[in-house]
Amino acid sequence: MTGPTPPATPPTTAPTVTRGGRGSWAGGGAMLLVVVLLAAVVPYAVTLGALSSLVMLFALVILGTTWNLLAGYGGMVSVGQQAYVGVGGYALIQLADAVGAPPWAAVLAAGLVGAAIALPTSYLVFRLAGGYFAIGTWVVAEVFRLVTMQIDGLGGGAGLSLSAFRGTDPVERVAFVYWFALALMVAVVLGTCLLMRSRVGLGLTAIRDDRVAASSLGVAVDRGRRLVYVAGSAGAALAGALIALSTLGVTPGSIYSVNWTAAMIFIVVVGGIGTIEGPIVGAVLYWVLQQALAPLGTWYLVVLGAVAVAVVLLAPRGLWGLAPARFELFPLTHHVRRPAVGATAPPVTGR
Amino acid sequence: MDWLNAGVQGVLLGGQYALLACGLSLIFGVMRIVNLAHGVLAVLAAYLSLVLVQRGLPLWLAVVVVVPVFAALGYAMQRGLFNPALAQVGGSDRSTSRSASRSASRSAGELAPLLVSFGVAVALTNLLQEVFSADTRKIPTGGLASAGVPLGELSVGVLPLITLAVAVAVIALVQLFLARTATGRAMRAVADDAGAAAMMGVDPKHMYAVATALAFATLALAGVFVGMSTQFSPGYGELVLLFAFEAVIIGGLGSLWGTLAGGVVLGLAQTIGAQIDPQSGVLAGHLVFLAVLVVRPGGLMPRSVPA
Repeated sequence: MTGPTPPATPPTTAPTVTRGGRGSWAGGGAMLLVVVLLAAVVPYAVTLGALSSLVMLFALVILGTTWNLLAGYGGMVSVGQQAYVGVGGYALIQLADAVGAPPWAAVLAAGLVGAAIALPTSYLVFRLAGGYFAIGTWVVAEVFRLVTMQIDGLGGGAGLSLSAFRGTDPVERVAFVYWFALALMVAVVLGTCLLMRSRVGLGLTAIRDDRVAASSLGVAVDRGRRLVYVAGSAGAALAGALIALSTLGVTPGSIYSVNWTAAMIFIVVVGGIGTIEGPIVGAVLYWVLQQALAPLGTWYLVVLGAVAVAVVLLAPRGLWGLAPARFELFPLTHHVRRPAVGATAPPVTGR
Repeated sequence: MDWLNAGVQGVLLGGQYALLACGLSLIFGVMRIVNLAHGVLAVLAAYLSLVLVQRGLPLWLAVVVVVPVFAALGYAMQRGLFNPALAQVGGSDRSTSRSASRSASRSAGELAPLLVSFGVAVALTNLLQEVFSADTRKIPTGGLASAGVPLGELSVGVLPLITLAVAVAVIALVQLFLARTATGRAMRAVADDAGAAAMMGVDPKHMYAVATALAFATLALAGVFVGMSTQFSPGYGELVLLFAFEAVIIGGLGSLWGTLAGGVVLGLAQTIGAQIDPQSGVLAGHLVFLAVLVVRPGGLMPRSVPA
């Protein structure tokens, strides 16, 4: 998937359009190396506690990537994605404990539950636009939390704890969760990349840039936005399920906390909105800051909020935006070369 | 009897929500910014007046201090944070980088101020938590909060009555300001078309800052009333934001009197819901809001007055 798309033998006057290139091959190779290291070397080199904390990093990458899908590619700023983090966490525990599904199947099914709930919800929240969409999704998340607390079978205000792993050796358990989370993260990032490379992704980019113009060119605007909302919410549910799997329990106050969305926003905005690479960079930074500032209590959230404001105002394209444009790990950008008479015109790039 | 009581309390509670929502509605009406820090700023106003009262200032003097301080804060925040965020839409058209389309998009125009306000909300909430701890507080009112006047068999709280009266007065004054004064006219002009207004000699940046200052003044007033009537904590700002927002949407965008009606509907939903099940008051309010969204997405009084 990292190969350059061959141009369809253009006549001499037509511009050539390519995607990917040497940078993407190199970047893809480097990332493959990182994934291999994470899979084959790291688990044997660090403590169990460090592995658990790496699971949180993988969950953060998934959260950032899927929020970026919503805001960066779909143009929808949701402040209510914690609704699906919560749904995923509760669904995992119910499916693993009450239904008895194996943990890996329960996580995947929790993602599907998130998607199934997001679809009808989208008809509700799509009635609001822009900033009002943001608070509307927040209200929906509060409704999810309050309804969950009212259901006695879900443990009310005290939450649930996961018992599917009871009797399993902790080393075995943490190792399983770690590898599974790593695989899931790779799948989500690659899936997002493939989605954005597809015809649907091109339509989404058009919707984000100008909804009316996209619609007039025949892009199915509502369907595209709904697809993104459902996919983004399924991703949040997957992450929620992973978090519950790793922490062995959920409480309505923490799993439905708006701080999850705060984390997603920080990750995407600071990393670089509207890129695949940005949320990965942002998630690593968030995770490092969280580990480093943990002894300071809630001060780290004060720092995160201030940093997010500064980045929006001073470097709106995020940290990844500061990197030169030819570093593109995931081949999404189309490079257009106009064959001018005599000399070659500088390449025009667009997303 | 209980139901009648719940109804009366709900209407009075609606006054508080309308007062809270007034500033949110004003900022959105003039610049299309949704201020996600609205709730925590109201809570900040409550803490500020609490500190002043604890230092021995009479409550009325604390209000007289806090409201202008917040107006100044609003002017400064608009100039320092929101105006630069808004400017990112226009300024990025010239950018030729790979992200040109990304930042020039219209969604990015709404995005930047929204993200800035969210960052402020997260930072401020946790800052308040560090300074004042997560314990709940209440502004001492010297018996005002518990005083009541008999109305038939009911007892109506004096403080909620004052809050409702203040809400009606504030909305009427803001409405008069927008309709009758030169500054108000300029503000409406900027809201309609900032570019055209600028050609007529109105500075949109200054107008935006004046609007935010006005909004923050009403917000501070609302925050003090919340602090007198409710146990608040740093995290309470989240609920304040949601309630204010629901009042705006239920009432209908762009209508301040609609916001008052929306606040009353929300207050009624919460007190009647709590009457059915004491645990479910807030949930009932949310559900009524969602129902309005389904049945009447324009709100109860859509766009009767441009604001």
